[in-house]
Amino acid sequence: MESAISLKHVTKTFGPVVANKDVSLDIYKGEILSLLGENGSGKTTLLNMIAGIYYPDAGEVLVNGKPVEIRSPKDAFNLGIGMIHQHFKLVDVFTATENIALGLDSKEKFDLKAVRKKAQEICDKYHFEMDFNQKVYSMSVSQKQTLEIIKVLYRGVDILILDEPTAVLTPQETEKLFAVIRNMKADGKSVVIITHKLHEVLEISDRVSILRKGEYIGSVDTKDADESILTEMMVGKKVELNIDRPEPKDTIKRLEVKNLSVVSAEGVEVLHDVNFDAFGGEILGIAGVSGNGQKELLEAIAGLQPVVQGGSVKYYNSDDGKGDAMEVIGKNPRIIRRAGIHMSFVPEDRLGMGLVGSMGMTGNMMLKDYETGKWFLTDRKRPKNLAEQIKDELAVVTPSINTPVSRLSGGNVQKVLVGREIAAAPMVLMTAYAVRGLDINTSYTIYDLLNQQKKKGVAVIYVGEDLDVLLALSDRILVLCGGRVNGIVDARKTNKEEVGLLMTKLRKEGEKSE
Amino acid sequence: MSKPVKEPFLRIVKRDSASVPRKILVRLLAIVFALVLDALFIYFVTGLNPLSVYVVMFQGTFGTATRFSWAVRDLVTLLCIGIALAPAFKMKFWNIGAEGQVLMGALVTALIMVYMGRKVPSAVLFPLMIVSSVAVGAIWGLIPAYFKAKWKTNETLFTLMMNYIATSFVACAVNIMRGQASSLGKLNMGNKIGWFPKFLGQRYNINILVVVILTFAMFFYLKYTKHGYEITVVGESENTARYAGINVSKVIIRTMAISGAICGLCGLLIVCGRDQTISVNTAGGKGFTAIIVAWLAKFNTFTMALIAFLLIFLEKGAGEIASAYGLNDFASSIITGIILFCILGSEFFINFKMIFRTKAKKEGGNE
Repeated sequence: MESAISLKHVTKTFGPVVANKDVSLDIYKGEILSLLGENGSGKTTLLNMIAGIYYPDAGEVLVNGKPVEIRSPKDAFNLGIGMIHQHFKLVDVFTATENIALGLDSKEKFDLKAVRKKAQEICDKYHFEMDFNQKVYSMSVSQKQTLEIIKVLYRGVDILILDEPTAVLTPQETEKLFAVIRNMKADGKSVVIITHKLHEVLEISDRVSILRKGEYIGSVDTKDADESILTEMMVGKKVELNIDRPEPKDTIKRLEVKNLSVVSAEGVEVLHDVNFDAFGGEILGIAGVSGNGQKELLEAIAGLQPVVQGGSVKYYNSDDGKGDAMEVIGKNPRIIRRAGIHMSFVPEDRLGMGLVGSMGMTGNMMLKDYETGKWFLTDRKRPKNLAEQIKDELAVVTPSINTPVSRLSGGNVQKVLVGREIAAAPMVLMTAYAVRGLDINTSYTIYDLLNQQKKKGVAVIYVGEDLDVLLALSDRILVLCGGRVNGIVDARKTNKEEVGLLMTKLRKEGEKSE
Repeated sequence: MSKPVKEPFLRIVKRDSASVPRKILVRLLAIVFALVLDALFIYFVTGLNPLSVYVVMFQGTFGTATRFSWAVRDLVTLLCIGIALAPAFKMKFWNIGAEGQVLMGALVTALIMVYMGRKVPSAVLFPLMIVSSVAVGAIWGLIPAYFKAKWKTNETLFTLMMNYIATSFVACAVNIMRGQASSLGKLNMGNKIGWFPKFLGQRYNINILVVVILTFAMFFYLKYTKHGYEITVVGESENTARYAGINVSKVIIRTMAISGAICGLCGLLIVCGRDQTISVNTAGGKGFTAIIVAWLAKFNTFTMALIAFLLIFLEKGAGEIASAYGLNDFASSIITGIILFCILGSEFFINFKMIFRTKAKKEGGNE
């Protein structure tokens, strides 16, 4: 088959992070190619280089067999390449037609009527539905996506790249999109889909290429592939990490989550009927492709996320695991604290949610109990002592405990945050991507801290993205897929393929794991 | 193969933090540079002797005891509004409605002075004026805050619009109060009811004393109280505030009420302690100038006092130059404008550093 685009030995680095390493990949004419990989495996970066967002550090790009330089999206359009990004690039207050006309060659006459006529022809050809006078802000996510596709087709592209197009769509909308993609293929265009949903890969694509940790693993024809082959290629062989995993002792139920559902501000159900228990003395890992409800789950438990009526999170204070359970849902974080619920939360967005960047360590230590000071004053002494203590114990590198924490390196920021949350003597400790962006040593410091908490009898909930770490650190792993609990497995008995499969393929209703 | 990307000739990079000596040095250099630049302007454009112009400018504030007291009087007014804005700005609530909040406080004070002055004794009148001006200022600040907290309206536009409403209220009230007279004149001219008395022999000492107390109080409030802590957290990140369990709406509304209340009090100080009258120009644009004061000082009320002094010094100096040499206002404004521009511009060299292209590098790095 003839290649529409060939990538040859392409490498892209961001500082010390290697996003793509020596990737060689072909996109054939008239095919639907899926690019599959875990979070951070470099899928988007790779295609951004074709679309003119990034420029490769090394390697070359060939379009129709000729080496090309793609320095901007405009260059990409001129070569017939268009990309639909995960976050749409539309002007909210413009109509559909105006958005299509936006950025057209300035030499052309600005004629909205002509633009509209041509766009309508595209719609008829590929069976889109679009109201061209509608303003973008009043459109649904699916309509916006359709508009993005029309916008790209209007510029006459032959190669269309879609970055996780189905992440924001309902199943019905996904079907519609797939029909459109098939129409485009029939018209001889190449379509590349970035995704990590296995069933969609198998349904729509002709061929699958797999990336893992920035490297190209291989390609298979979809007709020869099945889920287990793809999962194995995607997650790879198990890596031994030598993370300590003490046996859980005296596990007591601390948290009972029942029927928890969350609907996002856009009206999409991001968590569906989640049920699980967390026990003191164990680490419950939560696995899932990012954006499958992990953030909402933790925030709902922490009192930061409104939940659908009927959901319940019960906190067991007494040591026999029975006694009086306290309801967490319906309380804000301060009320939760005042009720005597000892719950700590290390959020994903460290400086945007967990800490105040402009304050020093001292100021940040008092974030959750500044109101305990006498009268109307804040007590500075206790947080200062705590800051000194954490600085020494966790070896935080900072010029002074009053240096704004936003100036510290990522690892030190996380030490400050985790240190504070542990110092609060929690019974339940929730962490979201606690080692993201940290170097190996700091990561191991964090694992040790979590294990210490586990030994103290704390119920630790660890949301992670690295399956090797999840398998080595957790006692049980809860897998979220599409906002549902797709299985809870024993981390000592399971393997990467099983978890990988649970992450990417939603079990049918009624089907049971274990 | 790809050609290396060419390194730009000049890059501007944010500086982590400048040392104190550097900060002082940069600002001193800025003043020197400004004086030299001004000297060129004065010599070549107006044909005057720069040094004597500088002396006259200095005399605008320090020439006589009266001039100095006027300068201090205007300084405390400006500083008072700056203090009022500090908590709102620290919370990243862009209150540009100080002008209106001051006017409303002044209006209520004037109305009480005129219509209640003879009916109640001073011991009742002053507390009444204070409470009313503070309350009305607070309400004027609270309205946009409530809408922001409830419906996320844009506070910049909202507070700005509120200024025009306040101005219209004042214009209307002034017309009613003056009756048949051509202008309002001093309120209660005959009996001086509701005027601040001389204190320690000086007319403006009560105003000065109140603002000095406010300077300390606001510094303390922002730095050492729970409210101050909450304001910082909300200003930094609403998500962090929610995470800490801070009621963001409550903090926004409360802080704006305080901001407005101090503006209202400033209105009272102007009417009782400075002008003894009211007009649409009572606030005189100080509500906007105070924004500069609050921002440049990074909300430190003591630094604000210095900056307010600088601005007043330049204003008085410009006026003095214009009258002493018969220059038009624009020429003197240019002279003070150059000084202000250089001092403000020097902040750039404190916050950023410039990196020029290095020839040594053979391959231009991307980042």
